[in-house]
Amino acid sequence: MTASPATESPAIRRGGVIWRGGGTLVFLAILAVFPLVLQNPTVTTIAVDTLIFAAAAVAWNIFSGYSGYISLGQAVFFGAGAYTVGIAARAWHLNGDAVFALLPLAAAVAAGLAVPLGLISLRVRRHTFVVITIAFFFIAQLTATNLSVTGGSSGILAPSPNWDSATFNNPFYYTALALLVLAIAASWLIRGSRFGLQLRAIRDDEDRAAGLGVRAMPVKLAAFVISAIVIGMAGGLWFYFIGQAIPQFAFDPLFDLSIVVMAFFGGLGTIAGPVLGALVIEPVQQWLTLQYTNEYLSEILLGVLFLAVILGLPRGVIPTGAEKISWLRTRLRSRREAAVQPDAGSPAPPGSPPREPREAREAREAREAQGAREARP
Amino acid sequence: MTTMLRAASVSKAFGGVQALQDCTITVEEGTIAGLIGPNGSGKTTLFNIMTGYERVDGGDVYLGDRNITNLQPQRVFALGIGRTFQLTRIFPRLTVMENMLVAAQHTGHGRTRNPLARAGGRADRQRATDLLEFAGIARHADALADTLSYGQRKLLELSYVLVADPAIVLLDEPAGGVNPSLIHHIADRIRELNAAGKTFLIVEHNMEFVMGLCGHVTVLDYGTVVATGPPEIIRSDPRVLDAYLGIAEEDDDAPGQ
Repeated sequence: MTASPATESPAIRRGGVIWRGGGTLVFLAILAVFPLVLQNPTVTTIAVDTLIFAAAAVAWNIFSGYSGYISLGQAVFFGAGAYTVGIAARAWHLNGDAVFALLPLAAAVAAGLAVPLGLISLRVRRHTFVVITIAFFFIAQLTATNLSVTGGSSGILAPSPNWDSATFNNPFYYTALALLVLAIAASWLIRGSRFGLQLRAIRDDEDRAAGLGVRAMPVKLAAFVISAIVIGMAGGLWFYFIGQAIPQFAFDPLFDLSIVVMAFFGGLGTIAGPVLGALVIEPVQQWLTLQYTNEYLSEILLGVLFLAVILGLPRGVIPTGAEKISWLRTRLRSRREAAVQPDAGSPAPPGSPPREPREAREAREAREAQGAREARP
Repeated sequence: MTTMLRAASVSKAFGGVQALQDCTITVEEGTIAGLIGPNGSGKTTLFNIMTGYERVDGGDVYLGDRNITNLQPQRVFALGIGRTFQLTRIFPRLTVMENMLVAAQHTGHGRTRNPLARAGGRADRQRATDLLEFAGIARHADALADTLSYGQRKLLELSYVLVADPAIVLLDEPAGGVNPSLIHHIADRIRELNAAGKTFLIVEHNMEFVMGLCGHVTVLDYGTVVATGPPEIIRSDPRVLDAYLGIAEEDDDAPGQ
């Protein structure tokens, strides 16, 4: 017998922490020096855009990934942040670095919107919830088109700072990086916390969680608002960077689709997944748009990728990859043991529960899921 | 003896179906009470009403002296009623330990309630580990609950309900779909917990299990209480035999009965 999992898992966990912590530091160091090394404005423009989307995808995952409530309406908060910065900068004649100081205001407006929208939509679940968030999205877009304060269909222009053109993108880049770090820190803190555990319990079985004392509504609403705060700031930053907001781009259905694909691609409910998804998908999308100027190409590819991920990698790259690695490790270890004790064969890893055949297990799960649905009040 | 849990004249209809009709049941503190009846007689509906998952049409539910009628499930749990479900409901994508910690967060022994604190303090984890050892599934603590077998899931559900130390535990078919040796294991655990002072109310179809475990049995049929009393009286009550046991024995010609 090898060491029982109970004694070896802390060591593995500690090793994991060192790897992960070190990896995160290296990753952040690369991101920090990136615009100093690669100064081509085309590259840094794509980089800023990617960081903004990464922050938004991480924020989307904090709510939808952890709670299982798939929102297709987070663009409401993105657009609200954009218009907040636009209207406030115009009203107070702000320009240059001062515009960045409006991001907390964008966060506050997004949070203020998220509370009533959450109280309405979080009363329902699954598909009904998704449909309601899409409805919010269209209401927001129509409102922006029809109000005079948002500039109607011609939108609103951002102040244009007179920064040196060679390093023009740098303030945007580092603000976006700070936002991404904030989002990742929030995601990490929440995932390991009792709040995060309650969210994930709600994802798995909300009624059962309530029966164990979880107050579902405040928990869901808090996650929804936190997600909106980060996405609102991402929207405000994006607006200042792009230079204008018009209703169909500030409230863009492709924004929602993109961040959802990013999170699914990398791994729903993981910390690194949405970051990985954004780092892979957004540059490709931007590059295709710049290369071929035909926006539809990147949209078609996004759709194809979405299908491929859902069909081929439903749990995302990171969970599937992690599983493959641990499977390989177990195999290597058991092979080494088999070499030491030739007569031991290849024992199943200790502590692993008895395996049922895949078909039997799927059939049982389907049965149980069916039963659970029927039993639900 | 003092009354722990009481449903008084509870009624509940689903559309035209009268699931419960003027139903009264009492569970005394420190006992193991049984609730039996044919399929569709209203046992699970009564559980759902007592734990806040369904609202009553009429009648009241009391925990001790406190009226808990129509309170939300999380309130009912916080007041000290834990329950399991007929079809075991665990959190499949959480680890076994995380499953335990979901309920552990609400015991609130005067601890700070910082929601961003790491899930599961040292005391919570220790208590969770003790209970998993008691149930016999501690070696799976770090496994995803999804990988547990059906019987292990039953044990996990029983364990995490106990984490918060509820005053009374409602078990909905704890022996359903479980192999005979595990049934004995579960019955022994319930007996030990009861000896330590825990009160139980058990819905179960396995007669041997109920009659061997419970000191007091209530029989439901068509949403009304047909009989109530100690198992030996219930066994010979003609109304019960008519409503339930007669049919059950015809269906159940297992050897040794």
